[in-house]
Amino acid sequence: MSKRGIETLVGLFVLLGILAVTFIALKAANLASFGARDGYVLQARFDNIGGLKVRAPVRSAGVVVGRVTSIRLDPKTFQGLVMMEVERDLQFPRDTSAKILTNGLLGDQYIGLEAGGDDKNLSAGDTVTQTQSAVVLENLISQFLFNKASDAGSPGAAPAPAPAPAAGPKK
Amino acid sequence: MNSDILIDIDHVTFGYDASRTILNDVSLSFRRGKVTAILGGSGCGKTTLLRLIGGVHPANRGRVVFDGETINAQDREQLYRLRRRLGMLFQFGALFTDLTVFENVAFPLREHTELSEQMIRDMVLMKLNAVGLRGAAQLRISEVSGGMARRIALARAIALDPELIMYDEPFAGLDPISMGVAANLIRKLNDSTGSTSLVVSHDVQECFSIVDYAYLMSSGGKVVAHGTPDQLRTSDDPEVRQFIRGEPDGPVRFHYPARPLAEDLDVPA
Amino acid sequence: MTDLLAALGARTLRWLNALGHAGYFFVDLLRFSPAALRRFGLVVAQVHAIGNRSMVIIVASGLAVGFVLALQMYYALVRYGAAESLGLVVNLSLVRELGPVVTALLFAGRAGTSLTAEIGLMKAGEQLAAMELMAIDPRARVLAPRFIGGVVAMPILALLFSTIGIIGAWVVAVLLIGIDAGNFWSIQQSGVDIWRDVGNGIVKSAVFGVICTFVALYQGYETQATPEGVAYATTRTVVVSSLGVLGMDFILTALMFSTP
Repeated sequence: MSKRGIETLVGLFVLLGILAVTFIALKAANLASFGARDGYVLQARFDNIGGLKVRAPVRSAGVVVGRVTSIRLDPKTFQGLVMMEVERDLQFPRDTSAKILTNGLLGDQYIGLEAGGDDKNLSAGDTVTQTQSAVVLENLISQFLFNKASDAGSPGAAPAPAPAPAAGPKK
Repeated sequence: MNSDILIDIDHVTFGYDASRTILNDVSLSFRRGKVTAILGGSGCGKTTLLRLIGGVHPANRGRVVFDGETINAQDREQLYRLRRRLGMLFQFGALFTDLTVFENVAFPLREHTELSEQMIRDMVLMKLNAVGLRGAAQLRISEVSGGMARRIALARAIALDPELIMYDEPFAGLDPISMGVAANLIRKLNDSTGSTSLVVSHDVQECFSIVDYAYLMSSGGKVVAHGTPDQLRTSDDPEVRQFIRGEPDGPVRFHYPARPLAEDLDVPA
Repeated sequence: MTDLLAALGARTLRWLNALGHAGYFFVDLLRFSPAALRRFGLVVAQVHAIGNRSMVIIVASGLAVGFVLALQMYYALVRYGAAESLGLVVNLSLVRELGPVVTALLFAGRAGTSLTAEIGLMKAGEQLAAMELMAIDPRARVLAPRFIGGVVAMPILALLFSTIGIIGAWVVAVLLIGIDAGNFWSIQQSGVDIWRDVGNGIVKSAVFGVICTFVALYQGYETQATPEGVAYATTRTVVVSSLGVLGMDFILTALMFSTP
């Protein structure tokens, strides 16, 4: 095989590799979204961050506008301190609320920003003051049981810790 | 420094490991412009001697001197500098099987010189012409016969017009015609280029027809005799006579050491 | 008893010696790589011999693995009603793991043995010795270009494997099973990170390229110059490369993907 022939084939080989990476990047990975555009940092404190992970999306009205950059425990207030980076072009009012929401029923968790009505906007480094923690499933279930029990039991009778179905309503 | 002597092997002892000594305090010298043979049976260290001259291994004791310079096998720079002045013909050619005949001969030119493609082409064709294979330039190595392979290897060895050409068993396994061709080439090349040739062989007849001087080595790694072909032919030394005449039994025993035959066959002596 | 200990000790020493020898060889390969890069034509020829010639098996295997992966993952996911995640699962499996690892194993089998046999036969035919006596260092002229060729070719092959695998999975998932095409791609786009997943996969395959090529060249260079020697060396190449790749894969995965 001639030297030029070999060089051409190798060039083709390398080109295929580049095409493969481009294909994956565009069609099968998240390069298309939140790429090079700069962002500014906001922080928020939550009582419970639930299953929120670093690099989880920050959405507003369902549209991805940023990413969570770090999650730490605030040693003074014992709350979860979340830092997130939001697209530079977007300004949110001072009274915006940050909630930890779940994608679907059992999906990943993300931060949802709901814009408030304040005239002044949040600037870089500001803290989002209105926050709502993640819903913890155990709390939800125990609250549900508590409600059920207080509905079923009469005001005098203490809620039986271990309801015995066979016992029936004891008087 | 004797400018008449190109290579001087000075009391060299060498063995690959401590248990086997291949060369035992040998001294040889090879004169410039002459064809010298190193003769001997198998395993007497002839090829090892070539490797020492090429600096592949360091001698355990003694020195190997190339044109006044002692060869230091640890000094890569010196080795490569000296190796550019020699060409070696391996026993089976050692051609590069992935290249064509032309590419093989062009190899040292391409690696060591900055000559233009046109010049390289001319030189390669001239070298191939010297060995009679200019028409085979485009063949692949797999397509050439053994005798042709050796001639191509010779063309490659002389590509840079070396001062010293070493031949490792150039006649082994060749038919009479090819042997004649090889012998002829060795002598003609030496005379026309003024280089020095070392021929390692056990073919006495062919060697004696072309060499100026010969060394005979024995299996203990020692030099048994040396001299011109005429001197060796008329020598009285029994070892020399046995080798030159090819006698089956003499100082080099026919039988491998063993018990008496009667004992082995359980027969009363 | 002391005989056993002595034998064990001797074996360990020999093993350490071999390891050190291999280490020297590796350092030599690195040392001569810059010089080899200057002879770019040699490197290109090797990328062709190693990379281009492996394309057929890589593409065929990629397609097959993509098909099978899509089918198997579908059967597993459909139980939990999560069949729509098929694209994501297949993509991550390929790009993070199967692409680099399977390509490396195939590479060891095809290109690795080819390199070992080539170098071993060159050694047996005294070609390397001839080069040395021509004052040309075979490590710079023969070994380093092949090393660079292998390290360059491997990531490209792994990427091709993953891409063809994803396309094969698409064929099965969308065309055969009937999963929604838009969903198939969008769930990958939201779940696969270009730097963390694809980038780490490329780093992995580069490391595997170093391992497989180095082992292949070393086995060839150190082989006994006999037919049995060369045969033994080629099998050793495949075994040692495969074990090295799998071991390194574990370490790299733990390093790269331990935190979600």
